[in-house]
Amino acid sequence: MTYIDAFRDKRLGKELARLIELKATRPMTLMEVCGTHTMAIARHGIKGLLPPNIKIVSGPGCPVCVTPQSLIDSFIELGKQSGMILATFGDMMRVPGSWSSLELERASGLDVRVVYSPLDSVKIARENPEKKVVFFGIGFETTAPAVALAVLEARSMGLDNFFILSAHKLIPPALEFLASDSETNIEGFLCPGHVSTIIGSLAYSRITSDYGIPCVIAGFEPLDILQGILMLVSQVEEGRAEIETQYSRAVSQTGNLEALSCLNSVFQVTDAEWRGLGVIPQSGLEFKSEFSKFDASRLVPERSFESRRNVQCACGRILKGLLSPTDCPVFGSECTPARPLGPCMVSSEGACSAEYRYGRLRGGSGDVDILW
Amino acid sequence: MSDSVILLSHGSGSRRSSDLIKDLFLRYFGNPILNMLSDSAILQGCPSTLAFTTDSFVVTPPFFPGGDIGKLAVCGTINDLAAAGSRPIALSAAFILEEGLEISMLEQVVASMAEAAESAGVYVVAGDTKVVPRGKADGLFITTSGVGAVDTLPQPSPERAKPGDAIIINGTIADHGMAVMMARESIQLSSKITSDCAPLNGLVTSVLEVSPDVHCLRDPTRGGLATALHEIAVQSGVCIEIEEEEIPVRDDVRVTCELLGIDPLHVANEGKMIFIAPSEECEPILRVMRGCQYGKDATVIGRVLEQPAGLVCLRTSMGTRRIIDVPAGELLPRIC
Repeated sequence: MTYIDAFRDKRLGKELARLIELKATRPMTLMEVCGTHTMAIARHGIKGLLPPNIKIVSGPGCPVCVTPQSLIDSFIELGKQSGMILATFGDMMRVPGSWSSLELERASGLDVRVVYSPLDSVKIARENPEKKVVFFGIGFETTAPAVALAVLEARSMGLDNFFILSAHKLIPPALEFLASDSETNIEGFLCPGHVSTIIGSLAYSRITSDYGIPCVIAGFEPLDILQGILMLVSQVEEGRAEIETQYSRAVSQTGNLEALSCLNSVFQVTDAEWRGLGVIPQSGLEFKSEFSKFDASRLVPERSFESRRNVQCACGRILKGLLSPTDCPVFGSECTPARPLGPCMVSSEGACSAEYRYGRLRGGSGDVDILW
Repeated sequence: MSDSVILLSHGSGSRRSSDLIKDLFLRYFGNPILNMLSDSAILQGCPSTLAFTTDSFVVTPPFFPGGDIGKLAVCGTINDLAAAGSRPIALSAAFILEEGLEISMLEQVVASMAEAAESAGVYVVAGDTKVVPRGKADGLFITTSGVGAVDTLPQPSPERAKPGDAIIINGTIADHGMAVMMARESIQLSSKITSDCAPLNGLVTSVLEVSPDVHCLRDPTRGGLATALHEIAVQSGVCIEIEEEEIPVRDDVRVTCELLGIDPLHVANEGKMIFIAPSEECEPILRVMRGCQYGKDATVIGRVLEQPAGLVCLRTSMGTRRIIDVPAGELLPRIC
């Protein structure tokens, strides 16, 4: 239990913040690319410890946030077929698709179950042989192996009523997409700890070698994050662009080979649409042909409507780090955690949700009117 | 042959209904007022100022470590009365039962209600039972109402928090919500988290005896400590500042919350009371609380400030400051 407290030591935190201030001689923008980093930074008030010349922006690190509306629409359409049970991670419930959300559809009669693990949805399929069960495969390299494992489990049980709608995304191609965008001005990536335990630190080698942007893989406790930021600032100031691992207690160079082999036996890389960013080449996962019987996308009916996007919402530019949540015209007014318009407000990990909940301790009474 | 499950006729006013009342409800709740089985209970000798409250209970699963729907239904209403600074006098209990419910299960719930009421020193003086067809309810729903006597005026109220007041809580937070979530989702952990469900009228009475000037009392149930403090901050027009390091959270609860991505400040409690009182009253209040069964871990967790009014702020263990918000909806575990 003291494992948590050791990484939240106030004195060491202040010392790290002091070292960052000493090291940073000029303004710089760093991006964290993990929803859990976003949350931890907000929850522990880490921006309040940093000098004003260090700007931390949140990238597309929340898997729920980057799931396109069209896939949510498809998942809902699947659920409307008779004899269908939808299974999903909890954070997907409130995410708005084009017209509706799973939370609203559950209230209208769809059978939607919140599960904690993809294996729970296999269990639901086994217990309901007369129904079809579709699991919404959301997540990055961290959750995808568990989904692959669920597929292997379903196959070994001989289940023919279990399906996955794959919305999986891969982190390194997204970083490359951001690094190659001339509009963005990111000088360092704080890379996700959990994803990196699976893919290994070498997975980021093109970001450092081809784009010259430093990468530091950091853990999720306040001291991890502060040390990660210090390592990034040092690289920037010293003109280095290397992959460094702050989270060395969990991350190796090559990653979790067993998880990767499980992943690669079921899925293959494909192009994927990211909500707010568009299609990024080779950034998603689809079923290999020998596992296509588990692919729920074959069951999606022809749709009579076009998926739409909310044009006011600035999530796309927020995910690229070009805007802050508070720059969005609908932030805190039409778009709040209770009634989210854009994906970044939906998940507790989303950049807007984190900013809404924890970031408003700056001005005076002007902040109060967006409370509800 | 006696019935083993609830039938529709148990709610029809038939012989079965009266047998159920006699054999089950009167057996456990029996007292001079209820035993009259009249249309209304008559409460004699009440003071002129009364507190009156009602609450419905719907819990899945109905039994969980540390309690059950029955204990919850009694303690919930007693604690609402206590939070108004009143002394609970009497309760009513209404049951909506689903056809097919095991009578042994109902008996277990009723026995637990009777035990909780007795430990709080309160009679259940009125009741009602309805049976709905199978599939129209989730086992059983219970509604309890309660009347309490207000002896001290002005009574504590969420509008009376003042800058300079201290915020005190009687023990660890988030136990109930996490115990129920663990039981509902069958999440297996090495340690068993137990609900804090308990009647707090004795604790409140003892505190009000030494410090009649308690400004606010609030039981932080659904929505957790964050929501309760937020309501007080808004209603009193003050800022409430709490210290992360001072808020008691059991280690296993904290770790489970971390694991599921849930903030313990948002998780329900059923045996906790927030006391807001002038800071100079803290010492005697804490002394009394720590001598009570449900106040052993009582501690000061924060203070009331003037500005920014309407907000709850947290001083984090990292030495920074942030706003505490109320949860947006159902608590949803995070993906990874």
